[in-house]
Amino acid sequence: MSLLVVEHLAKRFGGLRAVDDLSFEVPARTVYSIIGPNGAGKTTLLNLMTGIYAPDTGRVRLAGQDLTGQPTHRWAAAGLGRTFQNLQVFFNMSALENVMTGRHLHESSALVPAIFRLPSLRRAEAANRAQAEALMHRVGLGEWIAAPADAMPYGALKRLEIARALAAGPQLLLLDEPAAGLNQTEAHAIDGLIRELARGGMTVVLVEHNMRLVMEVSDRVLVLERGARLAEGTPAEVAADPRVIEAYLGAETPAATAAEVAHA
Amino acid sequence: MPAAANASERRAAAATVRSGWVRRLASARIGGLGALALVLALLPLVFPNNYFFEVAILVALNAIVCVGLNLLIGYAGQISLGHAGFYALGAYGSAILAARWGWPAWGSMPVAVAAVGVLAWAVGRPTLRLKGHYLAMATLGLGVIVSIVLSNEDWLTGGPDGMAVPPLALLGFTVQGETLWYGIVGLGLWLTVWFALNLIDSPVGRALRALHGSEVAAETVGIDSARWKLRVFVQSALIAATAGAFTAHYAGFITPAKASFLHSVELVIMVVFGGMASIWGAVVGAAVLTLLPQFLTVLKDYEMMAFGAILIATMVFFPRGIVPTLQRLLSRSRR
Repeated sequence: MSLLVVEHLAKRFGGLRAVDDLSFEVPARTVYSIIGPNGAGKTTLLNLMTGIYAPDTGRVRLAGQDLTGQPTHRWAAAGLGRTFQNLQVFFNMSALENVMTGRHLHESSALVPAIFRLPSLRRAEAANRAQAEALMHRVGLGEWIAAPADAMPYGALKRLEIARALAAGPQLLLLDEPAAGLNQTEAHAIDGLIRELARGGMTVVLVEHNMRLVMEVSDRVLVLERGARLAEGTPAEVAADPRVIEAYLGAETPAATAAEVAHA
Repeated sequence: MPAAANASERRAAAATVRSGWVRRLASARIGGLGALALVLALLPLVFPNNYFFEVAILVALNAIVCVGLNLLIGYAGQISLGHAGFYALGAYGSAILAARWGWPAWGSMPVAVAAVGVLAWAVGRPTLRLKGHYLAMATLGLGVIVSIVLSNEDWLTGGPDGMAVPPLALLGFTVQGETLWYGIVGLGLWLTVWFALNLIDSPVGRALRALHGSEVAAETVGIDSARWKLRVFVQSALIAATAGAFTAHYAGFITPAKASFLHSVELVIMVVFGGMASIWGAVVGAAVLTLLPQFLTVLKDYEMMAFGAILIATMVFFPRGIVPTLQRLLSRSRR
C-alpha cells in the first residue's frame, strides 16, 4: 500500500513546465529519494507536495486522503512533515521552543488556560518540553537545548528542522537537501539519522544532491529531468540506467560511468 | 581532534551560560510583574495633584491598548492602522447604550466590546487570508470610516462636539474620583501585562511567534496562519475596545478625536518605539510617548519638532525599540 500517491501532477510557470505530467508512488516505511540536475523541478515538486503551490493539474494523495490544493497546515494535519533546503527556523525562539512548536497539532490552543497559566497548561507544557528535549537528544542536539536558535551553527540548524518536523509525529517526512552545505562528517551523521528513522518505521522522501547519501540510504530513487520522470527504481537500477548516466555526465561509455554515479 | 573537542566544550559552556540566562529571564518575568505592581502602588504617594492621576490613567490606558496591539504587530507580524477606531467604538458603543438607552455600564461595556470583536472579525477574516499587508489597508479604511461616522451622525454621537457619558455604577455604588479610577486602570494594566506574558509563554504564544519567525515553516507544523492572525487581531481589537469603554465612563465625556487616524498611528509608534515583540516594550513605549508631549509643552511652537527629533534619534540608536535594545546591551555587558 502506497502512503503517498502522485498522479499526473503538472505545474508551469509561464512557458516553463516545472513539473510535467509526473506520477509516482511512495510505499510506506521506505526511504524514497528524488534526484535530478539543478532545475529538474525537485523543489517545485516538493512545494506541490506540501501545499505551498497548487498544481495546474493532477492529484496528490496521502494515506488515501486527497490533499490537492489544500493549504499547507492541512497537509501537516494529515501527517506530512518537512524540512527546508534554505533554512526556515524560528530564529525568534530558543532551539527547544522550535521543537516544542513542532508539537502544535497535539497542543491545546485554548486561551483561558494559557492566560491564567492553569495547572492543566503547566502539566501539558512540562510533558511537551520533555518530549522536545528527548527529540533533540535523538537527533544529536543535546548540547543545544537551551540555546537561542540564532546562536546555532548551520549543521545544527539542519538537525533542528528535522527535530521540529518529527515533533509533529508525521507519517511521512520530506527532507529537502538535508546534507546541503554540510561537511563530510556532518553529512555522514545525517545519513545515520535517516537510516535510524527508516528503521523506526518512518516513511522518508529525500530530495538530495549528495549522491553518496542517496545511494546509501534509499530504497527507491526517482530521477527527474525537466520536470518529468527520467528513471525510477532501486539505487542500483537507477545508477545503471544509461539515460541517467547521460543526464548526469553526458553520453559516454555507460559501463565505466555507472560506477562513478554510484560513488559520486 | 583537540580543536573539535575544544569547540564542543566551548559550545557546552556557552549553552550553560545561556540556560542560566533563561532561568534569570524567567525570574525577570516574576520580577517585572512585581516591579510593575510596586510602581503602580507607590506612584500615588508622590502625585501632588489630580492632574498627575489623570496623566497616569491615560498612560495606563494607552499601555493596555499597546500590549494588545503588540501581540498583533510584534508577534503575528501584522499591522493595524485602525486601532484608534476600535478604541473609539468601544468608548462610543458603551456611551451610546448607557446615555441614549439608559443601560447600566456593566451591561453596555461588554456588549460594546463584543460588537467591536464581531466587527474586527468581519474585517479581518477576508483580509487575513491574503498574504501581505492587506490588513493595514483594511484597518486604515475602517478607522477613517469610524472617524467620519462618529463626527457626522450628530443625532447618535453628538458629532464633533462629543457626548456626555454616565459614570460607571455597580450595585448602587458609583465609581468616581481620580484615585479610585487610577486603582482600577492600574489593576487593568497589571492584569493585561500578566495575561500577555503568560500567553506568549504558551502554545498560543509559540504559534504567534512561529508566524513571525517563518510563516511557511509555521504552516508545515500545522499552524493555520490565517486563523491565528485573525484570532490575535480580534483579541487586540477587544483589548482596545475595553480600554476605550473604560475611558468613556472614566472621562465622562468623549469626542471623535480619539478615533482619528493620527491616534492609530500614535499607537503603532508607541509599539515600535518601545520594542516590537516585547510586552514590556509596549508598556514603556506607551508611557514615554504619552508623557513626552507633557514635558515638551514648554517648547511651545517647537513641540512637534522636538517630538519628531526624539523619535528619529531613538530609532537610530535603539533600532529594535527601547526595551529589546537595552536588554541586548545589558546581556552583552554581563557576559
